[in-house]
Amino acid sequence: MSDLRDLYEEVILDHNRSPRNFLKKPEGTNHQAYGFNPLCGDEFRVYLAVEDGIVKDVGFDGAGCAISTASASLMTEAVKGKSLEQAHALFEDVHKLLTQRAESSDLGKLAVLSGVHAYPMRVKCATLAWHTLQAALENRQGETVTTE
Amino acid sequence: MSIRNDTVARQVTPAYDVARIRHDFPALHQEIHGKPLVYLDNGASAQKPRAVIDAISEFYAHDYANVHRAVHTLGERATQTYEAAREKARHFINARSPEEIIFVRGTTEAINLVAQSYGRNTLRAGDEVILTQMEHHSNIVPWQLLREQTGIVLRVVPIDDSGELILDELEKLFNRRTRLLTLTHLSNALGTINPVHRIIEMAHARNVLVLLDAAQAVPHLSVDMQALDCDFYAFSGHKLYGPSGIGVLYGKKDLLAAMPPYQGGGEMIRYVTFEKTEYADLPCKFEAGTPNIAGAVGLGAAIDYVSGIGLAAIAAHEQDLLAYATDRAAEVAGMRIVGTAREKASILSFELAGIHPHDIGTILDSEGIAIRAGHHCAMPVMRRFGVPATARASFGMYNTRDEIDALIAALHRAREVIR
Ligand SMILES: Cc1ncc(COP(=O)(O)O)c(C=O)c1O
Repeated sequence: MSDLRDLYEEVILDHNRSPRNFLKKPEGTNHQAYGFNPLCGDEFRVYLAVEDGIVKDVGFDGAGCAISTASASLMTEAVKGKSLEQAHALFEDVHKLLTQRAESSDLGKLAVLSGVHAYPMRVKCATLAWHTLQAALENRQGETVTTE
Repeated sequence: MSIRNDTVARQVTPAYDVARIRHDFPALHQEIHGKPLVYLDNGASAQKPRAVIDAISEFYAHDYANVHRAVHTLGERATQTYEAAREKARHFINARSPEEIIFVRGTTEAINLVAQSYGRNTLRAGDEVILTQMEHHSNIVPWQLLREQTGIVLRVVPIDDSGELILDELEKLFNRRTRLLTLTHLSNALGTINPVHRIIEMAHARNVLVLLDAAQAVPHLSVDMQALDCDFYAFSGHKLYGPSGIGVLYGKKDLLAAMPPYQGGGEMIRYVTFEKTEYADLPCKFEAGTPNIAGAVGLGAAIDYVSGIGLAAIAAHEQDLLAYATDRAAEVAGMRIVGTAREKASILSFELAGIHPHDIGTILDSEGIAIRAGHHCAMPVMRRFGVPATARASFGMYNTRDEIDALIAALHRAREVIR
C-alpha cells in the first residue's frame, strides 16, 4: 500500500470538508439519478439541469465517506458546462483512471483521484458518484444505481 | 457477564496466558504494511489455531474418505472421525443426543433449514413469527422468503437507545397466532447479550418455539442446551476458531424427527424406489450429499482447543478487554459508542463524528489494525441508530490490552488524517 497521503490528498480532504454543489437541486433540474453502495450504505442523488444538450447546472446530496463525497464534489465541478457527450466521455476517463490507473491527458483536478487505485477496497467509493452521474445523464430515474 | 464486573474479570486474568495462546495462532504473527497485525475483526471471522490447521491437514493426509458409505478401512476411519466431531459439538453445548446435532454450512444454512423444513411444513398463512430489530440479515431474509411462500406474518421486537430489547414490547407481540420467536443470542452489530433464559420462558409459557442465532454467542458464552431449553440453536464454525463452511444446527429431537428433509440426495435416505423413498434417521436425514467432512473435523479440533482453555476464562479475558476498550474509547474526540447495553460481550461498535467508518477502516489498516466498517449485515440496526454504518472492533481470546492501545492511538491518527 502506498502512503495514506496519496489517498487522502489535500484536494480530497478539502472537498470532503466543504463539498461543492452540495445539498443543491439546481433550478431547471430535468435529469436525476440515485446511487447506493450496498456494501457501506453510501448514497448520493445527482441532479442535472440540461439545456440544449449542455449540463447548465449540477448538484448532489446524500452521505458517504471522504473518498465518495470528494469524488462526487469533484464530479459536479467537472461536468458543469459540458455537453452530454463530453460528460459521458469524462465518466469513461475517470472510470479508467480508477480501475486501471490509465491517466488520460486532460483530467485536470480529477487526477487527484488516481491515488484511490492503490486501495482496491475503496475504488467503489470513488466510482459511486460517477455511476450515478452516468445514470443521471441518461435520466434513469426510479432506478437505484450501484457500483456492482 | 456485565462489563462492569471489571474486578472479577481482572482476578481471573493473571492465570490466563495470552502470550501462549497467541503463539498457537500462526496468522497473528505477521506484519501488515510494516506494522504488527492487530486483528480486531473476530466478529466477522476468527483466526485459526495450529491445532485446527493441523487436524485438517492430518485428516486429509491420513484418514480421508467419504463417510457413511464404505466398507473399507479409510471409510470407517473417516466416519468415526466425523462422528467424533459431532459428539464434541454435542458435548460443547450439552445437547442430549448427537442426533440433535446437524452439520450444516453455517448459521445461515441452519436458519434457512428451520425456515424451509419446520416453517414451510408447519406454519400456515396468518401464523406469526417474532424476530427482533437487532437481527443479522441471515435471521431476517429466510423468514421473508417463507412469508412469500406461506403468508406468515412477521413481527419485530424493537430495541431501546442502549441496544437492549424492549421486553414489554415483546410481551405485547405474543398472540394466539404466534408460533416461533427467532432472535440473536448476542448481537453482532451492538454486542448486546439478550436475556435468553427469560425470553425462552416467556415464549414457552405461550407454547411458542424459540430459535437462537448463536453465531456470535458461541465463541464467548458457554451454553447448555438442556438448561437453556431453546428449541433450535444455530452457529458457525468459523467464528469459533474453526474452519468456514461448517456449522451446527441443534434442534430438539422430537422437533427434528417430525420435520421433513431440507434437501434430498445421498446420505439422507434409507431406501429409494421411483415410487417412494424412506428417509434416514436423524441426523443424516438433514445431511444430504457428501458433507464438509474435513470441516467437521476442524470444528471438532476448534472445540477441543476452546474447551482446553475454557470458555469461562476466555469470557473473563474478553470482558476485561471490552471494559478497557470502552474506557479508553472515551479519550477519542467525537467518539460515540453504538450499543451500550448493560450485558455486552466482545464487540465495540462506534462512530467518530466527521469521519466515515470506511475512512476509519482504511486508516486503521494502514496501521496494521483490522476492524470492520459497514452495516454488519444488520441494516435495520443502523437505521434504528440513525447511522449508515459503524466501525466495529471485535475481540477474541488472543487479543491484548496492548492491541487496544494500538487501536486508540490509530483512532487519534485518523483524526489527524481526516481534517
Ligand atoms: C449474529 C449473526 N448471525 C448470523 C451470521 C451468519 O453467519 P454465517 O455467515 O457464518 O452463516 C453472523 C455472521 O456474520 C452473525 O454475526
